[in-house]
Amino acid sequence: MNGDTPGLAPAPAYALEGHGLVKTFGSFRAVDGVDIAVPAGTIYGVLGPNGAGKTTLLRTLLGIIDPDEGHRRLLGAEQPLRMARQVGYLPEERGLYPSMKAYEAIAFMGALRGLPLRQGRVRARAMLEGHGMGAAINKPIRQLSKGMAQTVQLFGTIIHEPRLIVLDEPFSGLDAINQEKLERLIREQAQRGVTVLFSTHVIAHAERLCERVAIVAGGRIRFEGTVDDARAQLRSQVRLRTRARDGAWRAALPGDATQEEGAWHFALPDGGIEPLLRALLDGDAGIESLSIERPGLHDAFVAIAGAAAAQQMRDDAEREALV
Amino acid sequence: MREMWRAALVIARRDFTAVVLSRTFILFLLGPLLPILIGMVFAGFTDKISSTDLRPVVGIAMPASETVRLERAHDRLTERMGDQALVRLRRVPTTPAPREQLARADSAVVAILSGTVARPVLTGKAEDLDRLQGDLSLIASAAQAENTLRMVQVRREEVATSNGAQAQGRLQIGRVAQIVMFFLTILLAGMILSNLVEEKTNKIIEILAAAVPIDAIFLGKLMAMLAMSFVGIAFWGGTAFAIFLALGGNGAAVPMPAVGWPVFLALAVIYFAMAYTLLGSLFLGIGAQAATVREVQTLNMPVTMGQMMIFFFASYAIDHMGKAPEIAAAIFPFSSPFTMIARAAQDDALWPHLLAIVWQALFVGLIIRVGVLLFRRHVMQSGGRWWKQLFRASTG
Repeated sequence: MNGDTPGLAPAPAYALEGHGLVKTFGSFRAVDGVDIAVPAGTIYGVLGPNGAGKTTLLRTLLGIIDPDEGHRRLLGAEQPLRMARQVGYLPEERGLYPSMKAYEAIAFMGALRGLPLRQGRVRARAMLEGHGMGAAINKPIRQLSKGMAQTVQLFGTIIHEPRLIVLDEPFSGLDAINQEKLERLIREQAQRGVTVLFSTHVIAHAERLCERVAIVAGGRIRFEGTVDDARAQLRSQVRLRTRARDGAWRAALPGDATQEEGAWHFALPDGGIEPLLRALLDGDAGIESLSIERPGLHDAFVAIAGAAAAQQMRDDAEREALV
Repeated sequence: MREMWRAALVIARRDFTAVVLSRTFILFLLGPLLPILIGMVFAGFTDKISSTDLRPVVGIAMPASETVRLERAHDRLTERMGDQALVRLRRVPTTPAPREQLARADSAVVAILSGTVARPVLTGKAEDLDRLQGDLSLIASAAQAENTLRMVQVRREEVATSNGAQAQGRLQIGRVAQIVMFFLTILLAGMILSNLVEEKTNKIIEILAAAVPIDAIFLGKLMAMLAMSFVGIAFWGGTAFAIFLALGGNGAAVPMPAVGWPVFLALAVIYFAMAYTLLGSLFLGIGAQAATVREVQTLNMPVTMGQMMIFFFASYAIDHMGKAPEIAAAIFPFSSPFTMIARAAQDDALWPHLLAIVWQALFVGLIIRVGVLLFRRHVMQSGGRWWKQLFRASTG
């Protein structure tokens, strides 16, 4: 596929770039001065609660809508649609022609992006059979379950072997088994050198898959970097339980240490745990348990995007699980 | 540009197969034939009604001898002028007060002729008197002349062609072509209004807009609907031709259009395509703004009215060949195809057609572009003022 598309020569360092992007709907600023750069060949997550501006940001980057301000670059091209043949996009609101057969729908989506229809049909059949959906090949979309239709659309997104795959809330509406399948598929694509950009409001997926993340809230990017960078925004948390209630060793505890149910909680001091350990041993504190917990992406998200945004994401995830 | 046509073809192929391979397409093909078939079945019946019952009946309230003279004169004139030319006569009782007789509930005549053949008196409503007076004067004159009235024999001199008859025939061809094109357009182009509703309600528009320029979506949809229309026209035209042959129709009796039949038919196809895509691109642009089928249905009536106005303009222009109304109708893009096909029937110059086709094609492109920009602005909520982007590349 890549051989017949323009702008192939040296692959850009960034698959997607946006600088100073602004998009308003009436008086609402859905995207508010976003700078983003998605390195080629990575799995990149855009995290944020519903309404944070993730979908608008993706649509702007892909050229579906134009920004009011700023500029974007997709696979090195200023006009995103010029690179459409090398991009696969799964929108948040899934859409297929209900009367189309499954393999035709996949081939049609490939044809839109330049894959010859005949070749698309062959690949579509192989894909469906390879994923245990052989019985659905000739079924119209309206006869498929929601999960199957979603899988058909996902196959349609990658049928033409794109260099960049953009998935908007891809896990939404999938059961646990299909979520696991999708995660595997994303990893397979990344191993082939494909850049995968996806948005999600479920932090666990991003934590498992992403090399880099952008945390979006209120139309702005609040953080951009690796998952480790995000975690590093917070210091590790120490949890200490001692047999001795009191002693000279207590003077060595950091000033922010708090006691809860007989255990001490505090952020790991800048000088590390060793000075405290030495004071505990010298002071016969009697260490019952000591744990250093590295903060998760969720904790980082709370710290970065704010507790309210984190709570909204949890609510969204719970609501979806119930549905 | 090549990429846009490729994308348009992908969309056109999808839409075309989706429509043509659906079960409802058979109904679409058969639908227009039903009125024709029903019309043929009842043709004889309706013909009878129109030839016997619709002529006005005038009561003759004269002495019997006078009445007989009038009836004989009526028969002699009918022999020469045909069955439908004169009013019907019916005997009614002689009366001194025809007004009262006309006012009776069981009166079945429009007016009453009383008095004598030499001094007839016609009683009736003013507008009836206006239209019957001439006929009855002629019948009474013939009755008075009786046997002295000699019919002059007209000697026949046949010629192969007559410019006047040819002009009349070509005018008729122009009118028929306009009417056929108008009905086909009104029948087929209105369907385009709802063409983007499926994509919008099924959320497919997002997939399409992310992959191809919206111009290609519009163009593809127009191409698909035009192709589907040609399938329909081929079917209906073939059926009509078969019926024409089955009824022993004589093609030689049909007058020849000014540009000749092959060119005329080719121009008819091109002008239909132009009329269809001009209106279709407008309807697509309007329909694309609608969010639901209900909104599209609401738009149907004003759109049909608009089509009627265009047709009236073009059919008015046909009688003013080469004058301001015809030139205006040829320049106004929406009436241009209808006006130009009528011109092709009457005038053999070909260059105006080349000019008109290029002109119309330019407007198709312009209307599609404006429709796309309005769609991007109001539906996709993207892009600035549409007129500023009119001539920019459509690659997003």
